[in-house]
Amino acid sequence: MCALCGVLGGKDHWTEPLQREGVYVRAADPAARRRERALRIKRANAMLGLFGLTLADWQAEAYLLSTRTGKTEVVADLAALWPAAEKLAGRPLDPLDPEALARAERLHG
Amino acid sequence: MVEPPVFTPVNLITGFLGAGKTTLLNRMLASPDLADTAVLINEFGEVGLDHELIERVDENTVLLQSGCLCCTIRGELADAIKALHSRRERREVPAYRRLLIESTGLADPLPILSTIAAEPALRHHYRLGVVVTAVDAVNGAAQLDAQPESRKQAAVADRLVITKTDLAEPGDVEALVARLRALNPAAPVRYAVAPDLDPAALLGHDLFDIDSKAREVTLWFDEALREAGHHHHHRHDPNRHGDDIRAFALSFEAPLDWTAFGLWLSMLLHRHGEAILRVKGLLNLAGEAAPVAVHAVQQLVHAPTHLPRWPSPDRRSRLVFIVKGLDEGLVRRSLAAFVRS
Repeated sequence: MCALCGVLGGKDHWTEPLQREGVYVRAADPAARRRERALRIKRANAMLGLFGLTLADWQAEAYLLSTRTGKTEVVADLAALWPAAEKLAGRPLDPLDPEALARAERLHG
Repeated sequence: MVEPPVFTPVNLITGFLGAGKTTLLNRMLASPDLADTAVLINEFGEVGLDHELIERVDENTVLLQSGCLCCTIRGELADAIKALHSRRERREVPAYRRLLIESTGLADPLPILSTIAAEPALRHHYRLGVVVTAVDAVNGAAQLDAQPESRKQAAVADRLVITKTDLAEPGDVEALVARLRALNPAAPVRYAVAPDLDPAALLGHDLFDIDSKAREVTLWFDEALREAGHHHHHRHDPNRHGDDIRAFALSFEAPLDWTAFGLWLSMLLHRHGEAILRVKGLLNLAGEAAPVAVHAVQQLVHAPTHLPRWPSPDRRSRLVFIVKGLDEGLVRRSLAAFVRS
C-alpha cells in the first residue's frame, strides 16, 4: 500500500500541519480554524460542483460528500476527499481534463 | 550534553551504483559541522565497502539487512530509525542532530522519503531534510539513458553532486550538467572534487532551517530561471532520452488563495502524483505579507513554511514542477482556472 495518499498520514494533512517553528499554519486558533473550515467547504464546492458533487460540514469534525442523487460519504479530511469523490462520482476527477478545465474557465472566468 | 532538535532532519544520499556516494558521505562526515550526524546505510551491492568505510561512525550506524530500500522493507527503515531514536532517548548514543541515509544505488528514493513523512511514530520527531544525489561524470550519462531509477534520483534531488570529474572529458561533464539541469533545474549542481565544496552546506540550509530558508528558496528559482534562459538559447532537448521527465516554471502576478491552492494541489497530486516528481513553490498568498514555500515529492507534501520576508523585490508566486509526461500548458491553465485570489 502506498502511504503517499496520506491514509497513514493521520489527521494532519499538509494544509493543516502540526504547529512548529517556521511552519505556515493558516488556522492557529479555534475561531480561525472555523473560518478556514467554512472557506475550505466553499472553495471545495466550487471545484466539486464541476463534477456533480457537493461538500458539507459534519459536526465540525468531518465532511459529508454527496452526489446529486443523494449518495453520501463521510470524509475525515482533505487526504480522504479526492479518493472518496472519485469513488462517489464513479470516475477520475482530473483537474487537467480539458473538459473540466473548460467548465471551470466558463464558471470562474 | 547537546540536546537533539525537536524535529531531527533526515537526509538522503542517493546516486546510481558506483556514483561515489560513499566517498561523498565520508567527506561529509569528516566535516566538523556535521559531527552530530547518525548514519543509516543499507548493504546491497556495495556490501562491506560501505561498512568498512563507515566504521568510524559505528556507534550511530545501523546496517539495514534486507538490501534494497524499497516499499517492501519500509517497515525496516522505520524500525531502524525508531531503534536509533530510543537509544538517543536513553542516551546510549550521542545526541545526534541529523540523520543521513545512504541508499543503495538501485533504490527508488521516493519510498524512503514517504516513510519519514508518513510513519506516525517518526513524523513527530523527524522531518525530511535534503536529498543529495551523486552523479558519476564518467558513467552518469549512460546511466541516465538506461536506468529509470537514475533519472528519478536526479529528478528528486535537492542538491546534485557531480563526482569523478577528474576522470571525465570536460565536454562530457558539461553535457551531463546540461542534462541534469534540464531534468531538475531547481537543484544546485556542485562538484565533489571542487576544493571549495562545503560538505556541510550540502545538508544545511534546507527549508526548515529558519535562518537560511530564504536563501534555499532563492536558490531554487535562481537555478530554474537560469536554466530557462539556457534552454531558450541552446534548444537543448531534455527529452531525447526517453521517459519525458521535464521541468517547467510557472509564475503568477496576483496573490493566490491558499485554501483553493491546497485543494487544487491535493487534487492534482491525487490524480497525477506519480507523474509529478517534484513541486517547489514560493507563493504570494492573499492576506499574507510574507511568502509561503511549498515543497512536494510526488504525493508527499512537506509542511508549508512561512518565510520571514520576501527574498527579493519580485513578489510573484513562482512554482517549479518536475514532471514525467504532464503537459505544462494544462497545469498552467488548471492552476489559473481553479485557484483564484
